[in-house]
Amino acid sequence: MKKVIMGNHALSYGAMLGRAQVIAAYPITPQTQVVELLSEMCASKALDAKFIKVESEHSAMAACLGASLAGARTFTATSSQGLALMHELLHWASGGRLPVVMGNINRSMAPGWSIWADQNDSLSQRDTGWMQFYCASNQEVLDSTIQAFKVSEALAIPSMIILDAFAISHTYEVVDVPDQAAVDAYLPPFKPALKLTSSEPHAFGGLTGPEHYFELRYKLQKDMEKAPALIDQTGLEFEKMFGRRLEQVEEYRCDDAEIILVTSGTAGYTARVAVDELRRKGVKAGNCRIRVFRPFPFDEVRRVAAKARRMAVVDRNISYGCHGIFYQEVKSALYGGADTPPIFGFIAGLGGRDITPGDFGDIARYAMSKPKPEEEIVWIGVKK
Amino acid sequence: MKKEKTMKLTLPEEELVGSGHLACQGCGAVLAMRDVLKALGPKTVLCIPACCWSVIDGPFPHSTLGVSIFHCAFETAASSASGLKAGLEMVGDTETTVVAWAGDGGTFDIGIQALSGAAERNEDIIYVCYDNEAYMNTGIQRSSATPYGAWTTTTPVKHFKNRPKKDIDAIIAAHRVPYQATANIAYPEDLFKKMKKAKDIKGTRFFHIWAPCPAGWKSRPEDTVKLARLAVQTTLFPIYEVENGEKYTLNINVKEPKPIKDYIRLQGRFRHLKDSDIEFIQEETNRRWDRIRKLCGL
Amino acid sequence: MKKQKPTEKIIFQSEKEMPMMPMSVGSMLFNKTGAWRNIKPVVDNSNCIQCGICWKFCPDMSITIENEFPVVDYVYCKGCGICAEECPSKCIAMVEEEK
Repeated sequence: MKKVIMGNHALSYGAMLGRAQVIAAYPITPQTQVVELLSEMCASKALDAKFIKVESEHSAMAACLGASLAGARTFTATSSQGLALMHELLHWASGGRLPVVMGNINRSMAPGWSIWADQNDSLSQRDTGWMQFYCASNQEVLDSTIQAFKVSEALAIPSMIILDAFAISHTYEVVDVPDQAAVDAYLPPFKPALKLTSSEPHAFGGLTGPEHYFELRYKLQKDMEKAPALIDQTGLEFEKMFGRRLEQVEEYRCDDAEIILVTSGTAGYTARVAVDELRRKGVKAGNCRIRVFRPFPFDEVRRVAAKARRMAVVDRNISYGCHGIFYQEVKSALYGGADTPPIFGFIAGLGGRDITPGDFGDIARYAMSKPKPEEEIVWIGVKK
Repeated sequence: MKKEKTMKLTLPEEELVGSGHLACQGCGAVLAMRDVLKALGPKTVLCIPACCWSVIDGPFPHSTLGVSIFHCAFETAASSASGLKAGLEMVGDTETTVVAWAGDGGTFDIGIQALSGAAERNEDIIYVCYDNEAYMNTGIQRSSATPYGAWTTTTPVKHFKNRPKKDIDAIIAAHRVPYQATANIAYPEDLFKKMKKAKDIKGTRFFHIWAPCPAGWKSRPEDTVKLARLAVQTTLFPIYEVENGEKYTLNINVKEPKPIKDYIRLQGRFRHLKDSDIEFIQEETNRRWDRIRKLCGL
Repeated sequence: MKKQKPTEKIIFQSEKEMPMMPMSVGSMLFNKTGAWRNIKPVVDNSNCIQCGICWKFCPDMSITIENEFPVVDYVYCKGCGICAEECPSKCIAMVEEEK
């Protein structure tokens, strides 16, 4: 049924339709609406779940881990400072092989206090062993959440559904909210192979020496390597049931592109406006939106890069002392390839500053004007 | 054999703690676990944060306990247990008792936020703090449970701990949880009885169990139970229970308290104390004992 | 818990044998902590009043009751001496281990 809902509520509906059984969450701007709606859904029994109103994000993730280990489907949501507060437990979720699904609203890290869109919060967690999905529309948020329960539970690896502050979280869009029955047919109940019970005593997560730790982590990586194929498979199953397909990497007008703007999150849709404008002026531009960031979509990125004469990666984030993070990872994925195009790195929109179609136009023109990059970071819009 | 009298044990014979574990000789924390699990039985699961028991239980893939354990992050005993209880109920198990089992560090200090949160929400868990009065697992560093006057590696003799022990029981009482109690490994029948009673109460139940540590207290391993008993007999650690933060009941009354000196002289961690320090400790002990007796209506 | 025979220490030889999460599969009975001690408790049944206190206070579950009397399990007893200290009839002696 089509509803006009905000991005945050799309997450709530995703958790509700996914029949999350335990939710533990703490409010933080701009996530609060996610948990407020979920509270109402639990109170009205639209969702049969226990909602633990914990006293911090760290306790939120700790409670999710306990619930997940017991075999319950768990969900939470947070943003920036809250995500950072959970950091040690993010490692716990992946190392403990607990398929928690979490929404993260991309918001700037303080200081100074900023509630606006920036990707450093989620990208700072890219090494924690969580799958990461960068969404660009409210529909995608809902669909990704439902698919994430399925993929995470199959692999026993947690997932993060990531959406920009305000541009998605608080923006109302038309969303096709599926029927519960249809989602039930797509997503069976959570049946973990290993869980904590009192009937069969086991200790989970005890002291692990060098003789065993390495293999446990090897197993996590090996299972993460199965994720791309599984993400595609569950995506195809979802398309069959609901008529909508989500790719690991989305291409827009890339087939004959001379310059491909590589983006993530909502900046991608802004880039498409610029792409159409450039095309009208005779510049063969395209947009590649990286949706799945972990596991990194090596095959997809290489496939798209083969089409381009130039790539301009636009990061709404930075790894200080190095460069934009998508830029680094795209370059690294393409290193050593036979026909790797020149790759330009741009940083824009930190702290929620708007990235406009005009900015993308400037980016494309700049990249087209140079045979190869002259610097690793081109700053867009900084008042120097 | 002369005697054929039946050995009448005061506690059930079945053990849920196995042998071969890694605790030091004479460890009080093991006796606490042993007594608690005898009361709660096999339908019990534990959340154990970083503390001696994370190591005592043994390394992966071994475990000495006959119950399931979620080894959780240091500050999360109460929050992990809250989630574990919710998860078990949602998968259809409403009977298993969920216990957060933490040391004094994970309870008084780093874990206090999660504990306060869980207690305020009245989560349906039993929280047990076994108190050996320092961060023992990491090598005897001071915690807020370390008593006035004690040596630890971070309160060396020249700067011995000069702040009083944090009154965790008063803090928990302020949360008005349905049931809380202090207990002591030298009085296992009392601990057993109160834990059995707590098992059938819904909501947050808090136990503060006195567990001497020979390694950290620099006492003889064979003195562990004696020290625990002296803590009660000197009124240093009164044994009482509280319901809803208001109704205090003294479980073990001490008519003629022994001098605190008797307790202190058995521990190397107090060896540097002067007579004036010991007098100070005696006065503090007397003051707290009077306060507890008054709260208990005596 | 019934006392089982000590099992071997488990060291997995391949990741394929391991559970995907660090989950225990064995007890600690392989670990013969009796090797830790320098002195061992010896019970004199003739003076034992069968009170059960030694059994009650053993932190290693190394005293069991057999035929109404305490029996020390020397495989695991760490020699802490609590049993001897607490025994009300002083019928447990702590004796030096032979070298």
